Amino acid sequence: MTQVSDTPRARTEAPPEPAPAHPPRRNLRAIRMLWYREVVRLGRNRTRIVMGLVTPLMFLLILGTGLESAAGQVGEGLRQYRSYLFPGVLVMATQAPAIAVGISVVWDRQAGFLRQALVAPVHRVSLLLGLCLGGAMSGALYGGLVLLIAGPVGVPYHPALLIALVEVSLVALMFTALGILAAVCIRKIETFQVVVSLCLMPLMFLSGAMFPPGGLPGWLGTAVQLNPLTYAIDAIRRTLPGDLDMGGYAVGPQLWGWTPPVLVELAMVVALAFGALLVAARRFSRAE
Amino acid sequence: MTSVSDAPAVRTEELYKFYGTTEAVSGLDLVVPAGITFGFLGPNGAGKTTTIGMLCTLLLPTSGRAEVSGYDVVAQPHEVRDRIGLVFQESTLDLDLTAEENMRFHAELFGLSRRQSKPAVDALLDLVELTDRKDSPVRDYSGGMRRRLEIARGLLNTPSVLFLDEPTTGLDPQTRVAIWEHLHRLRRDSNVTLFLTTHHLEEAENCDRIAIMDHGDVVAHGTPAELKAVVGADLVVLRTGDDHAAVRAAREGFGLDGEIGADGVRLRVDDGATFVPRLCAGLGVAVHSVTVKPPSLDDVFLHYTGRSIRDDAGPTTLADIGRRSA
Repeated sequence: MTQVSDTPRARTEAPPEPAPAHPPRRNLRAIRMLWYREVVRLGRNRTRIVMGLVTPLMFLLILGTGLESAAGQVGEGLRQYRSYLFPGVLVMATQAPAIAVGISVVWDRQAGFLRQALVAPVHRVSLLLGLCLGGAMSGALYGGLVLLIAGPVGVPYHPALLIALVEVSLVALMFTALGILAAVCIRKIETFQVVVSLCLMPLMFLSGAMFPPGGLPGWLGTAVQLNPLTYAIDAIRRTLPGDLDMGGYAVGPQLWGWTPPVLVELAMVVALAFGALLVAARRFSRAE
Repeated sequence: MTSVSDAPAVRTEELYKFYGTTEAVSGLDLVVPAGITFGFLGPNGAGKTTTIGMLCTLLLPTSGRAEVSGYDVVAQPHEVRDRIGLVFQESTLDLDLTAEENMRFHAELFGLSRRQSKPAVDALLDLVELTDRKDSPVRDYSGGMRRRLEIARGLLNTPSVLFLDEPTTGLDPQTRVAIWEHLHRLRRDSNVTLFLTTHHLEEAENCDRIAIMDHGDVVAHGTPAELKAVVGADLVVLRTGDDHAAVRAAREGFGLDGEIGADGVRLRVDDGATFVPRLCAGLGVAVHSVTVKPPSLDDVFLHYTGRSIRDDAGPTTLADIGRRSA
């Protein structure tokens, strides 16, 4: 091709190039930015927070109160059902922001912010990590709001609630990582929503959130044992103060007759979170 | 081999991209010198957007080479990303955030701290005349304002090449003119290379060089004047009282071979606008109306491909590429 007559301007006229940041620092900055962006967006969308809390609170206040009032007829154990339900409800509260991040990944990758971000000189893993931390932060906030009503449902206000909040944050991280993994594998927003709603219900039902995970009939027991949420919820239940074991009736999850300590349960949650994030990052960074 | 600093803005050699068995880009050889406004013309589906996708490291070429400012898009994607800005055809702004936040967050993606980015953000918002609206959420912006903001955002990392995919599509005519004024100002004030796609020849007038793409390869390239010269002349259409007499008079008085079409007498004339007064005065036939049509992309395209550009449907945008690649 021939050169044009138009002479390129001298390089010296260019605005001074910003000093390039060190790559790791640049990636950290991108992670922090994505995290902060998620927080700003959450703060600007208060209705989203309210909507996200509706379902878990319905379980706690309607199902919980209803079954407690039935306790007189059917059995003593249900007398503290709301406090039994509380850890599961805390976990449920972290789902909404995780799903929101997943949807934004599916959506923004097609037609929005993330597509622009893919052109930035930043590792795609950093992009995902930033989004994941943002979602986890939002999840922790939702969980924190639910923790505020601990007292009325029979869980005493006690410093241990703060430890529970840390555990809830880890669960939120796991949920967000799983949400991002699903989002990276699925290209259509409709499919994503179907998959998420298909998965969430059984995950919650089979987690010991609503009934004790120990001493269940064969197939149900196995399903509950295989569900990572079982251990997440059990860890929170064992951390929260007060009697959350239905007056001694509820038995925690066991693996071959062994009761895993809380730290092991939390380690499972963290391992799953990072496993999901690693797989998601691998899929995400593959260019066509 | 030229050194990186004086390398052309874009250079491709035998660049191919297949989607399955579909050839989207087939053996593209392109050199775009630094510091010009380059227009990539072609119908939807010609491969323009796929080419931009490869140049911006969003897509991997099937074979061949592509360099942006001397850096290989496959081997050195980070170096390339550092030196390019990209404005997608569809908005990729964060609607919940303000203009200033959109800019600042984008700057952070490019490794600029808040302190470093502040002067650049302010200057660019000023350049696109959005300073007084910088704290409003982008949701409240008009289409033209959003596009201006995206152009400003694309410039945040002081790119050597700014890619714009159909920068004026979906905007009303006045806004289009305004966007072009901004782009011209940008070219005057900086040495950024503008690489844009369009399917309007009127817009190609604004470019220093254009290349016409069809079926994945360049069929013609040159300055707008050169390309139109190939097609030749303006089309003058006259509605007269007596078309046959008008054709005869045009042949005898001006040496023009006219034809009678459904819309009246059609004549091909260089510089139709200045010719019309002389023509009307010398025709000796009552003239009811005159239209002068400059050669359109359709004419140029027809000339090189034997087809009309409007026959080719099948919208492909960078959005589709993002969907496929990410």
